[in-house]
Amino acid sequence: MDEITKLVRDYVIREYLEEGDEREITETTPLISGGIVDSFSMVSLKRFLEKKCNIQIPDASATPDAFDTVQKIVALVHKFQKAQTVAV
Amino acid sequence: MSNPAVCEELTAKSYEELTANFDWSIAERQLGYQPGEAINIGWMCSDRICHLGMADKVALYWEDFQGNHQQFRFDDLRVLSNTVAQFVCDLGIQPGERVCLFMDRVPELYLGFLGILKTGAVAQPLFSAFGDESLLVRLQNANTSAIVTQKKHLHKVRKIREQLPNLRHIIVVDAGDSALQAREVSFDMKRTPRVEDFAVYPTMAESASVLHYTSGTTGQPKGAQHVHYSIISQYLTAKWVLDLQPDDIYWCNADPGWVTGTSYGIIGPWSNGTTQVVLDSGFNAERWYEFMERHRVTVWYSAPTAIRLLMKEGTEVVRRHDLSNLRYLASVGEPLNAEAVIWSQEAFGKMFHDTFWQTETGCIVITNFPGMPIKPGSMGRPFPGITAAVLNTKTYEPITEPGIAGLIALRPGWPSQVRGYWDNEAGFKAKFKNGWYLCGDRASIDGDGYYWFMGRDDDVINTGGHLVGPFEIESALLEHPAVYESAAVAKPDPVNMEVVKAFVTLKRGYEPSDDLELEIMNHIRKRLSPLAMPQAIEFVDSLPKTRSGKIVRRVLRCKEFNEPVGDLSTIMDD
Repeated sequence: MDEITKLVRDYVIREYLEEGDEREITETTPLISGGIVDSFSMVSLKRFLEKKCNIQIPDASATPDAFDTVQKIVALVHKFQKAQTVAV
Repeated sequence: MSNPAVCEELTAKSYEELTANFDWSIAERQLGYQPGEAINIGWMCSDRICHLGMADKVALYWEDFQGNHQQFRFDDLRVLSNTVAQFVCDLGIQPGERVCLFMDRVPELYLGFLGILKTGAVAQPLFSAFGDESLLVRLQNANTSAIVTQKKHLHKVRKIREQLPNLRHIIVVDAGDSALQAREVSFDMKRTPRVEDFAVYPTMAESASVLHYTSGTTGQPKGAQHVHYSIISQYLTAKWVLDLQPDDIYWCNADPGWVTGTSYGIIGPWSNGTTQVVLDSGFNAERWYEFMERHRVTVWYSAPTAIRLLMKEGTEVVRRHDLSNLRYLASVGEPLNAEAVIWSQEAFGKMFHDTFWQTETGCIVITNFPGMPIKPGSMGRPFPGITAAVLNTKTYEPITEPGIAGLIALRPGWPSQVRGYWDNEAGFKAKFKNGWYLCGDRASIDGDGYYWFMGRDDDVINTGGHLVGPFEIESALLEHPAVYESAAVAKPDPVNMEVVKAFVTLKRGYEPSDDLELEIMNHIRKRLSPLAMPQAIEFVDSLPKTRSGKIVRRVLRCKEFNEPVGDLSTIMDD
């Protein structure tokens, strides 16, 4: 598991799973469609990623589908890390 | 079934004819209710439908995000709501006591709602994403006797139950082999012997039925108390506005923790004997369309926020699905913008019909009827039997000139009108002026009698169709160790119409930072709910106040909306 995957997964477990909820969060667990993270809470997850990964995710790219699994979130982070590197 | 199948009563008559000759007794007759007799929503939605020969008709097709599914006929609704009712009675719950439903959209929520009503107790549904603080204030206010919940939400109840000495029973619907604690009891609907006959409590028209909580500008949330007679409005508006027909497959996206989810997610469709589908899942465009295709959904009642999220995902995903059965679309929650109406025409070949109403009205009050020309962006016209107006903000007299903004107001007297706020008579009285009920929203009326929404008339934040009170957020913000003062206001948002923005001053020793912003956001999300979480926090040195020291949210709100602030003569210089 790479560093960003671990970072996202740990954050989701810590912040969005209810106390006592022992569901396993894998890289492909549905987060939005599975009701673990709702579209309102997605904003705090986006803010967390922007801060920890030092990126800016445009609102147009922050769709429920793009945030639906740890795997998709990590792909999104990599995309904007690359975009920023190119821009620099 | 792709052509509009407008209900018979509407086809031959113009809006003016319907309105002029309207009487709510139409619904009384169709429901077989005689004034003065007992009337019980639980019975009306299950036993009555069986008596009409529809016992074997599917009432509910339920599915969750993992694909687990269950199907219930109207006879199952009858027997299983009897089973819930008997269980609740055996616990000693008396008519009039409040029983909270605190669950995701699982079948026990829908059947529990009917079962509680059959006992004469008052159903108090609460949104399962509420944090422990939101839950506590609502249970304390209602002096709730029992709560029905799931194992996954039990920790929130356990956290607050010592502060709720009158909460006698905590009913867990999926306890399995889990160890339960004092006051907790397991109810497994599948394993409990089915109760074929239950003596439904003979509630009368004015007996309390449902207690839904809604937010105001000041103070804690208010419990809007409805009565069993509300079914008269909910039945007829579901039939006429949502155009529910005998063969329809109906999908309402709303959660029964909110009023749409009970008025039109339970009472409206089932009192009409309509089959409905429920998807207990978060948002996913592909999944939603696949669900509608598979179940051949014909009538869809959604919300602008969901529609705008679907717009974001584009029309290509729509084209991948056969939605030809879909014949009627309606929307509720906040004003549906013209772009969304036009997009729905492009995506589905049909326009969404906007409907306006609120927790206190209990039913749709201003709307676009089937067959009535839609003006994209307009709320439509008052439902027959509803006398509406926009009032001058100073005189509280109706404005007769078209296009002039005023307060949306309704003449009291329709069947599902709120009967009071629980334990808050003063708050309820304050909602009336000159014999009008004030909705708290502003609008104008055009020359054709169509209403055009303009915004809230108070500090309440309408986010994703849900009203959030600033007071509750500010109180929770002050519980954070770094926060000295705070103000919560609405901020415009392209998807949710409005979101919460908090202005915060910090205590000595704390500095603004991204970490602190995120920490405060998550603090509110967990204490109250994701809806109440500020989507933006601005750290400021001071907040605008009146000379007496009261925070003036209006100044901050106007700044967010780029609106003129108006008279600032009472604002302090600092």
